[in-house]
Amino acid sequence: MAIKDYLRQRYFPHMWCPGCGHGIVLNALIRAVQGMGLDKNDIVMTSGIGCSARISGYVDFHTLHTLHGRALAFATGVKLSKPELTLLVPMGDGDALAIGGNHFIHAARRNIDITAIVMNNRIYGMTGGQFSPLSGIGKKATTAPYTTIDSNFDVVKMAVASGATFVARTTAYHVLEAVDLLQKAISHKGFSVVEILSQCPTHYGRKNKEGDASSMMEFQKSKTGKLGSKALEKDPTLIPRGIFVDDKDASEYCSAYDKIIETAMKGR
Amino acid sequence: MARLKLKEHVINREWCKGCGICVHFCPKKVLELDSDEKVVVVRPEDCICCKLCELRCPDLAIEVLSTDDVPAAPASDDDSQDDSNEQ
Repeated sequence: MAIKDYLRQRYFPHMWCPGCGHGIVLNALIRAVQGMGLDKNDIVMTSGIGCSARISGYVDFHTLHTLHGRALAFATGVKLSKPELTLLVPMGDGDALAIGGNHFIHAARRNIDITAIVMNNRIYGMTGGQFSPLSGIGKKATTAPYTTIDSNFDVVKMAVASGATFVARTTAYHVLEAVDLLQKAISHKGFSVVEILSQCPTHYGRKNKEGDASSMMEFQKSKTGKLGSKALEKDPTLIPRGIFVDDKDASEYCSAYDKIIETAMKGR
Repeated sequence: MARLKLKEHVINREWCKGCGICVHFCPKKVLELDSDEKVVVVRPEDCICCKLCELRCPDLAIEVLSTDDVPAAPASDDDSQDDSNEQ
């Protein structure tokens, strides 16, 4: 199937700003799905609120555009009632880790077979550029004109600590790596988290003088290092990319639940 | 893997927002923005069909058609369409 067959073309051009990294995440995601040969009718995408969440309007899967931060809760409901479906949950950094922080850690703890994609542009773009829990110290935002004093979460460490059984990080610049990691995450049976560093040239880039989309992507290229690479070994300040956790043996939530049903129904 | 040959760049000018990512990252400087700030192909003969412009386009506005992209034709090397040797 052609790439465009996975899109709801009637809604294009999309609403994201010129150079927005979320478009690249969409591009990588549909290529990952196409490469795996998945049927559109077997995929459910749930999303919350924010620039990132608008992605569910553009893909021609079953889609649910739900409440801010609650996309994983809706996805959990869908998955438990129809475990044969593939659940994709793209979220922004604020959506996933601010208002949705609790849903995120508990979905990870349960190890339910859902693929969470954190499109991390380190800002609330849709509402005008407020800082998010991923902005980090010393960054400018409309709500931090004199720079932020809040530390940021590390999505990967948080996902690992919460019990996610597949955790990976990549960037919008490394798009082929993103396609590969998304495919691995989707095939993984259990809760998978893929953090994709994305650029918001309109708010984050402009406020923090990081230039246009291309220079923000140059930043993604130069300030990250692949796990196990020489570059990362030499310069530990680089943001590591790659697969951090890939645990194939952990018990998946829906399978565990099926066993409980079997036990409870014994003799009936 | 046989070297890919360019057939054409299909550019959707309605979808292109002129962010310039494709222009900036093209390894052969094949693309440029025109006076309308939309991407145009200026040096098609230099294109090596790495398709990174297509993959990195946030607006999904570029498609690079190469010799192995013949629709429904029996492909001789199945791995060629994934560009697995790039990046």
